[in-house]
Amino acid sequence: MTSHPEHLIFEISTPGARAVDTPPCDVPYSEIDPSIASFVETELPEVGQLDLVRHYTRLTNRLFCVDTNFYPLGSCTMKYNPKVSERLARHSGWEWLHPLQSDNDCQGSLALLFSLRTMLQEMAGLPEVSLHPAAGAHGQWAVLRMVMAYLQDRGQPHRRTVLVADNAHGTNPASATSAGATVVTVRSTPDGLLDLDHLKQCLGEHDVAALMIAQPNCAGKFDPNFRKIVDAVHDAGAMVYLDGANLNAMLGLARAGDLGVDAMHFGTHLSLGTPHGCGGPGAGPIAVCDALAPYLPVPQVVERGGRYAWDYDRPKSIGRIHGFFGQFTVLVRAYTYLRSLGPDGLRHVSETAVLCANYLAQRIRDVYPLPYGPPPGQPMATDPCAHGFVALPKHLHDAGVSTMDVAKALIDRGYHPPTVHWPLPDSLTIEPTETESKHTLDAFADALLSIADQSAKDPAVLKEAPHNAPVRRVDEIAAARNPVLVWKPSTP
Amino acid sequence: MDYVQITPKQRDEMLRAVGATGIDDLLRPLFGNEPRQAPRPLNLPPSLDEMSLRAHVSAIAGKNSTGREKSCFLGGGAYDHFIPAVVDALANKAEFLTAYSPYQPEASQGALQAFFEWQTMLCRLTGMEVASVSLYDGAHAVSEAAILALNATGKHEIIVSEGVHPHYRAVLKARLADMPGVRYTEIPLKDGVIDTMEMEGELDEDTAAVICQSPNFLGEVERVETIAKFARANESLMVQVFNPLSLGLLKHPGEMDVDVAVGEGQSLGIPLSYGGPYLGLLAAKAKYVRKVPGHIVGQTVDAAGNRAFCLTLQAREQHVRRERANSNVSTNEGLLALRAAIYLAALGPAGLREVAQTCHNKAAYLVKQLAARGIRRRHPTRPFFNEVLVKLTEPVHAALARASDAGILAGYAVGEHYPEFADCLMIAVTERRTKKEIDALVEVLAAGAPAGAAS
Repeated sequence: MTSHPEHLIFEISTPGARAVDTPPCDVPYSEIDPSIASFVETELPEVGQLDLVRHYTRLTNRLFCVDTNFYPLGSCTMKYNPKVSERLARHSGWEWLHPLQSDNDCQGSLALLFSLRTMLQEMAGLPEVSLHPAAGAHGQWAVLRMVMAYLQDRGQPHRRTVLVADNAHGTNPASATSAGATVVTVRSTPDGLLDLDHLKQCLGEHDVAALMIAQPNCAGKFDPNFRKIVDAVHDAGAMVYLDGANLNAMLGLARAGDLGVDAMHFGTHLSLGTPHGCGGPGAGPIAVCDALAPYLPVPQVVERGGRYAWDYDRPKSIGRIHGFFGQFTVLVRAYTYLRSLGPDGLRHVSETAVLCANYLAQRIRDVYPLPYGPPPGQPMATDPCAHGFVALPKHLHDAGVSTMDVAKALIDRGYHPPTVHWPLPDSLTIEPTETESKHTLDAFADALLSIADQSAKDPAVLKEAPHNAPVRRVDEIAAARNPVLVWKPSTP
Repeated sequence: MDYVQITPKQRDEMLRAVGATGIDDLLRPLFGNEPRQAPRPLNLPPSLDEMSLRAHVSAIAGKNSTGREKSCFLGGGAYDHFIPAVVDALANKAEFLTAYSPYQPEASQGALQAFFEWQTMLCRLTGMEVASVSLYDGAHAVSEAAILALNATGKHEIIVSEGVHPHYRAVLKARLADMPGVRYTEIPLKDGVIDTMEMEGELDEDTAAVICQSPNFLGEVERVETIAKFARANESLMVQVFNPLSLGLLKHPGEMDVDVAVGEGQSLGIPLSYGGPYLGLLAAKAKYVRKVPGHIVGQTVDAAGNRAFCLTLQAREQHVRRERANSNVSTNEGLLALRAAIYLAALGPAGLREVAQTCHNKAAYLVKQLAARGIRRRHPTRPFFNEVLVKLTEPVHAALARASDAGILAGYAVGEHYPEFADCLMIAVTERRTKKEIDALVEVLAAGAPAGAAS
């Protein structure tokens, strides 16, 4: 990355500069009604094409990305984004397809969506999938709305509480509130598993609609009591929702439906390898049981005698949840990824993801203790992690080096930091994924160990990290205290 | 191809390193600490090598009949605009494509700066004071604006014009369904725009917001200042659903005292893509900043006193506030916001005005040519942008079929959503439609009009 200060595009603007021409007008000019016209020109940047290209290209040099850097972000599954998926997602056959064209014109797109729907149903072990949700959070909200609608129809509208694990991703409780539910948090045990007793207590004390849970969970553990959890929730008349954030450890090995899950979402930009794009677009397809299927969003892609169509005849549907049909070209990438893997590939992905996480954990755990790992001296296999693991750099804290200091020191060494401060304060949650080479895993472990060394010898360097990034440590507190959210010519 | 780089030999080494005899040792807890049963084979098609995969997917894509082969006069919230090559070249760069959300600012300055510039452009475009980076699409932006209004006012009613895109209204209804005490009221159209008398009648002390689209779904431009005055007098928020490209010509929401401006950014350099992914836009007056959903980038300094950028006001968001967040949105449409910023920067103010003017010129030309053949706008005197609603004398589906045979996607049959306009066709004309294409459309439609019709 380069560290020269970078001008804002407004600062390199020159009045009259043009980057592109525009399509010619081969018809007469027509004046717009003056009563609705603006006489103020929008103050957009004015740059020539070379400066435009340099500006954005230089910005790409001030950015980590999977194509250049390892991103061991727990519960983000930053695996490789295949180039063949990019090529196929940009096919003119869908780039130019208008969503309001007749189903007749769209048989290719509809066929792909139907195939993807079928594959995800098989992978989920659940009878019906909707591909509409634009992200995992969107899928979570949609499913909870469906659960509420279902319970209403069953004469149980009083069930408005959703249980959320204390180490669940923030989207879980936020989606529950958006769906009109009250959130109650279920504790974890010191082993990082869901506290079954507390779960049963919560189920007894509240009118519960659903439990939101991940398997493996966000502490990096496969919960061996998953079946018991499911049974307890079902016995209380509620449903189990699986947050698919950590599916990378389970694809091809176990199916949510077989575990008793009633509904779940897939994060295509997580386990299905679609690119993150600096914050989207992703997609969050949902899979549901028979009881919930009638409530799925409209429209649904169906097949009738070899022809594909959108079906709107779903009287119990919660309605439309997207302007059109969801994140179509993202779903193309998910489809191509799954066709590239096949069923054996899925299993290999999950097995390798788990192996890589355990290997990395083993390499660093003497220096970065694992609160949910085996006792010191026992190998990882005695109490393995799943897709990732939680580490608490206690020894470094004793030297006055914070977890955030470790994160910023990793940036200096060319690694995007792991997830910090969640699910535990001061924790690092590390998920390598299966696409990294052993070289990278070992080098990352070495980097973490060298940071630990440095904390003993020269902690000040770590406390002031990063030193090699385009900027030094950013004052986020000042940003929130005095928000400057747009550029003004007077802004320094 | 599964992109795993660990070789079988390394796999064995790593298993030994973690004290496992086989991978099953690491998967025990997934199977409840019981011995793993032979996995039920997944009923999925076998993996394809790259050459076969490309042939397979290309063949699927080939079954679509796109606007590439036909002249596209379809609109309705998705438009066939021209995308300069430089937009693709920059937005498709792997660094933007494969980067994560910019939560670690020192590793993400490139994205953060681009988003800060985009927020600035969006505010300037709309005349608003604050903007978030992106929401899922126009429909999501409308829903979030409604939630913002409910939260900001503590009131319980949302009033929505029927001129708002039917799909956006459907998504909004689904979002507000089952929210205790929340009322959703639709105001019908009168002569193609919101019936202000009906709206006045519905406004009461519990109205949180009025949501009106302009240009509306039918392409008609609404009197937003007037509607805003009613909303202001009633202490309700004015929410306008806008068309970003139209702002190259039309008054922007800020000039009309709009509180929250929302819209769909697809027309800013995003391909049609069969409906997604698209780009939800939300910008607002500064006083609502703490209620705004989604990522917001702020300018600050680093430890050396140099300018730097970071996500800010994160207490609004799910990763900090959890169940008390403004919205559950996490992954949004970041890359498409970048694309829209590049598009706007490429066009500049002159280019934006030119494109908007050209769209209007061409739509006006279509109107004139059709009128000469006896096919008139349903509301002939009302200002329009980009899209026109014309009244046909033959069944709309017959006209569409004849046009399709001639290689023309003639427009959208609005009767599906507006029964009073069942005899009307909505035609979008962008800068990509040539005079030749427009003339061909006119010929096709005229063939269905009674000869020498003068009315």
